[in-house]
Amino acid sequence: MTSIAPVPRLIEQFERGLDAPICLTWELTYACNLACVHCLSSSGKRDPRELSTDQCKAVIDELERMQVFYVNIGGGEPTVRPDFWELVDYATDHHVGVKFSTNGVRITPEVAARLAASDFVDVQISLDGATAEINDAVRGPGSFAMAIRALENLAAVGFSNAAEPTMPSRHETEEERGRRPKISVVVTRHNVGQLDDFKALADRYGATLRITRLRPSGRGADVWDELHPTADQQRTLYNWLVANGERVLTGDSFFHLSGLGAPGALAGLNMCGAGRVVCLIDPVGDVYACPFAIHDRFLAGNILSNNGSGKPRGFDDVWRNSALFTELRSPQSAGACGSCGHYDSCRGGCMAAKFFTGLPLHGPDPECVEGYGVPALAVGREVPRPRVDHSRTVMLTLSRPPAQAPSRPCNESPI
Amino acid sequence: MPARAVGGLRPPDVAGPAFDPTLGWRLHPQVAVRPEPFGALLYHFGTRKLSFLKNRTILAVVESLGEHPDVRSALRSAGIDDPQEPPYLHALGVLADSNMLIKKDSQ
Repeated sequence: MTSIAPVPRLIEQFERGLDAPICLTWELTYACNLACVHCLSSSGKRDPRELSTDQCKAVIDELERMQVFYVNIGGGEPTVRPDFWELVDYATDHHVGVKFSTNGVRITPEVAARLAASDFVDVQISLDGATAEINDAVRGPGSFAMAIRALENLAAVGFSNAAEPTMPSRHETEEERGRRPKISVVVTRHNVGQLDDFKALADRYGATLRITRLRPSGRGADVWDELHPTADQQRTLYNWLVANGERVLTGDSFFHLSGLGAPGALAGLNMCGAGRVVCLIDPVGDVYACPFAIHDRFLAGNILSNNGSGKPRGFDDVWRNSALFTELRSPQSAGACGSCGHYDSCRGGCMAAKFFTGLPLHGPDPECVEGYGVPALAVGREVPRPRVDHSRTVMLTLSRPPAQAPSRPCNESPI
Repeated sequence: MPARAVGGLRPPDVAGPAFDPTLGWRLHPQVAVRPEPFGALLYHFGTRKLSFLKNRTILAVVESLGEHPDVRSALRSAGIDDPQEPPYLHALGVLADSNMLIKKDSQ
């Protein structure tokens, strides 16, 4: 007998929300040198209302008080902000770790050396194809070469043992492994056959691979139908992720697939953390439930808005008291999914994926493993458009990657 | 986020091979502890790993570990007697495996 009283499952406690996020995404600017077809935040042009350096530092002060361990900084391309390094240093000096996503444009040899010397800053290079053809079709011409140059610069300064041929026999410590650069891949119909190639690429540059789900958010809404993996590809992806376990990061992206295997087979918490354990602060201080939900429906409030006594409201108040987050932390109805045996594992899937494909929130995910998303997508539906769009007027369009035979047949076997 | 939960209802199990409860252990200096109503979040700034403590008793044990000469005396002072200790030893072993806890005499 033990005296430990039964407690609700941890994820049930998380679904009721925490006093502070475990981590959050902070997009520092809508400005970007690229114009990826699937950009979640429809980035391109800087917004004149973007937070000033001092306003950003005030956010960091709050995150420190709330004991938020780290922020995922993105954009846009965050490194194009002139005060980017000043803010990174300010955050780490105030016990807020930084992981930032970049297309690599500013990762020069000098910057790489600086990153290798900082203990609490992680860099994540975005790459959506293991070859230039596949990558550049989505991220634009020259973007593959730019990302590879950044990875070469990072490898050259010796982040990890893998990139230090002089000490090949030394075992990499857990700390060194944690500090490795990451390669971040959004999985699409065209690159899902390259998973092993991405892994090889990561190994070559002493990096850790991170694979995330394509969301129909931002400009992603325009290309999702053509780019999202097919049902067979999802199964291949699931098996690949299970086989690779914790060696490949996913940011808990694929909980909608957890019904494809035994509970717990997929590494991670496997829950939707939106407004409960994560959220997004956008460049103008708007707080959204998650990075994939830039739309008024998921806007909790703005940190600069007046708190009633002439001062800015601040992030803590939005996190704790907004009506939207209170709603998200209350028990959710399983709706149409209530009678499905997989509901306990997938919890109905991703709210943003449903919303931006025009599906009801209390129904199946568009990529539901039982296939219930398919008929739901086939009926007439209205796809909501976000009010916020910083795309440049001349947009890239999705170019077709060259036709090629699949490198191996799809895995047809049921789990 | 790479994450694991400890200190809950997992069946008693052998702790990691390196975890010896007759020795003194302490939190790794790069680990931050954030108390929560359910227990606590632990974050290791070195390995970038997150762990969850699933109740307040294990939190009290973890926080007081450094003040005790060995693990069992920390458990006793948190009110955990011999028959109750296996799940706690398991949880501490998991934390030691992921470098959240280190031996007192190590750097």
